[in-house]
Amino acid sequence: MDSIKDKIAIVGMGCTKFGENWDKSAEDMMVDAASEACEDAGIELKDIQAAWFGTTRLGTAEPCATALKLDYIPVTRVENLCATATEALRNACFGIASGVYNVVLAIGVEKLKDQGMGGLGTVSGAGGNGTLEWGMSAAMFFARMATRYMNHYRLSYEEFKQILAKISVKNHHNGSLNPRAHFQREITEEQAINAPMVSWPLGLYDACGVSDGSAAAILCRADMAKNFRDDYVLVKGLGLAVGARQGYLQPDYDMVHMEESVRAAKQAYDMAGIKDPFKEIDLAEVHDCFTITELVITEDLGFCPRGKGPEYVKNGTFKLDGELAVNPDGGLKSFGHPIGASGLRMIYEIYKQMQGKAGPRQRKNPSLGLTHNFGLNPGSGIGSVAILGQRD
Amino acid sequence: MAGILSYGAYIPLRRLGPGTQGWNATGEKSVANWDEDSLTMAVAAAIDCLGDIDRKTVDGLYFATTTPPYGEKLAATTAAWATDLRTDIVTADITDSLRAGTAALRMAADTVAAGTAKRLLVTTSDLRTGSGNMNNNLGDGAAALLIGDGDVIATIEAGYSLNNELLDVWRSSGAGNVRSWEDRFVFEQGYLKVVPQAVKSFLEKTGISLNVVNKAILYGPDLRRHRQMAGILELKPEQVQDPLFDKLGNTGNAFSLMMLAAALEDARPGDNILLVSYGDGADILLLKVTDKIKDMKERWGIKRSLAAKTILPSIGEYNAYREFANSDPEGFGGSSASVIARERDAIYSLHGVKCLTCGTVQYPPQRICTNCHTKDNFEPYSFADKKGRVFTYTLKYGGDIPPFARPGVDTMVDFKGGGRALFGMTDMIADEVKVGMDVEMSFRTLGSGGGIHNYFWRCMPSRESWLAKEAK
Repeated sequence: MDSIKDKIAIVGMGCTKFGENWDKSAEDMMVDAASEACEDAGIELKDIQAAWFGTTRLGTAEPCATALKLDYIPVTRVENLCATATEALRNACFGIASGVYNVVLAIGVEKLKDQGMGGLGTVSGAGGNGTLEWGMSAAMFFARMATRYMNHYRLSYEEFKQILAKISVKNHHNGSLNPRAHFQREITEEQAINAPMVSWPLGLYDACGVSDGSAAAILCRADMAKNFRDDYVLVKGLGLAVGARQGYLQPDYDMVHMEESVRAAKQAYDMAGIKDPFKEIDLAEVHDCFTITELVITEDLGFCPRGKGPEYVKNGTFKLDGELAVNPDGGLKSFGHPIGASGLRMIYEIYKQMQGKAGPRQRKNPSLGLTHNFGLNPGSGIGSVAILGQRD
Repeated sequence: MAGILSYGAYIPLRRLGPGTQGWNATGEKSVANWDEDSLTMAVAAAIDCLGDIDRKTVDGLYFATTTPPYGEKLAATTAAWATDLRTDIVTADITDSLRAGTAALRMAADTVAAGTAKRLLVTTSDLRTGSGNMNNNLGDGAAALLIGDGDVIATIEAGYSLNNELLDVWRSSGAGNVRSWEDRFVFEQGYLKVVPQAVKSFLEKTGISLNVVNKAILYGPDLRRHRQMAGILELKPEQVQDPLFDKLGNTGNAFSLMMLAAALEDARPGDNILLVSYGDGADILLLKVTDKIKDMKERWGIKRSLAAKTILPSIGEYNAYREFANSDPEGFGGSSASVIARERDAIYSLHGVKCLTCGTVQYPPQRICTNCHTKDNFEPYSFADKKGRVFTYTLKYGGDIPPFARPGVDTMVDFKGGGRALFGMTDMIADEVKVGMDVEMSFRTLGSGGGIHNYFWRCMPSRESWLAKEAK
């Protein structure tokens, strides 16, 4: 199998402010994100040869073509739950790598705040076969992993909640430095620990918010990138792994890791030639839909040994000034999770960091960054990893 | 000769009683949880009755109730599916009368005697509500009897039925509550008049004397009339089976057969048991206990069901259960009859599959094995009778969970013997749920919507654990 490494360059990116964008439709946000990306790349929308459009709520490719007036070019709607936006980028990369297109758009959008509820919602409905339990929500799937983690590593509830709170505090701190974040306010450990319970043991500050947003990237063949800009960013590796309910069907599955993240990371590391991710990667935007998710992801991605996540959290290893910054932009905790946009929002942060344009969040000379998404739930999920790096 | 091969009973965990806010009656009565109805209770009693008896030897199931989930749609069929019986069997719902239980018993005995079936499972269950004071008296529960020939634990020696037209206690189609005419009429023209008349005719017809009766099981509308009846029949106190009014309440058509289950728990070979039920007339049966009663494996039965209990904090909570059960919210609709039909073994029988290539058991059924990837090489595997342990869980505080059921408990269960699946938990104390705790499976309703009653299995703490609480 061939690797995608160094074949594709990102030459322009855009990202809206995430939040309760009451005055913007999905189409408005796409126009804002795509315009910023084109301007950044120094091109016009008409220069785009094909587009991959990530969304979970809009049903077809047409709203994207219509919003951006992409007249009669190939536009493909992509959906892979929480990995949707990264999937738009991944498929765009393969479109270029096939040799058919030179300059393409990957864009993601989600307008969640028109649905009239605060959370992603609970599902109560007997469902097709009448067996769906009451009050099913994303929180409970990850809460089950949290309960298991506590039990597996024999952490007391108090110890465990404090670790989760530190993750929340860190991400909110990073978000407070980011004008594009939905929440730009610091929180305290006490606030996080004492917040109302959502799905025990996860409380309100263990969960990410719900917001609107859009992000976009202009991609081209790496050998053309210099025509657009000097500080382009290269795609180093891409991985995607989808679960087949192994965690639910096989009792030896431990439920304290997410195999899909491990497998997706391995694919991406192999492509990128990464041997020691903790040492080689400078910053990572990971899927902190819940604090427990970030804790487990850092282990799944090999940033720390199994079960040592809490120790690394306590030591501040993943803080903005730590050895490996995790969620330097504030993460889903601060941005909320407009599902179809989140992956490209993460890539936007890595891209800006590589270019030295991350403002107060800027890490010193980062050379390699990672983004990670996790869709569905522990036991059977969708793991997605992208690795981006400086040009040589 | 047709007789009883086995018995079982089910009494829900919850009670109204002293300690329940708003409860102003003496004693306790059993009340179904919010996810129970007459059908789920009947299934629990049936499973208790069958024990380790091969379910494929059962040739039919009769479901007796005055409170069936559907006006048109057989509940016995669903009960048979949930108890994992064959499909070439006879099934019927016997309804609309407080005598439905004994009617089903007589019909089953006749079916066996006629040679139509060798073994028939009789289930009887009720979840009635009445208006005002009547409601204080009505309990929820179920019993089951396996009727057949061969090694019976009790033979049916004689029977007598009296038909009597009378509006004393009734419920109109579509109405929620049972109604009655004025007490003096109801009891003096009904129960207290008709039952002695039927007993007299039975004794005359058979030439039997009440002196040979070791236990008389007398249906009674309430404790006072039950005592009156024992007096009218001139029964000695030790001859009268405890009617459990202060622990159970009047469980409707299931009442007399639940008392029969209790009588059989204590019966000795040679005992004569007189069974009297009332409702639109009376049914009378004389049973004789055989030596085989000594060989019967112990059932969960009445005594332990009564001992495993929790007192509801308030009448309001109980009322909310019933209101919820009757609400049929559109928001909980969306079930598809065709999907349910396709997956009925997985849903009602809780069948997973066992891979015939590698032996891995899995739920829900798969076409390709999760372990060895062999295609379509499975046999059905039932999880309904398997015990398990909580591997992990969460407590759900979602606003769409009925307030009295908050927090909901959602579990991942690992089964002894293999397999893992996700279930809601019921009949638990949420604060006491722990990783590693023992659970067993219980057939429950998941609410209804769009007129479809949804049934599935939940896990629950082992019923033994409630006995331990009682002992503390």
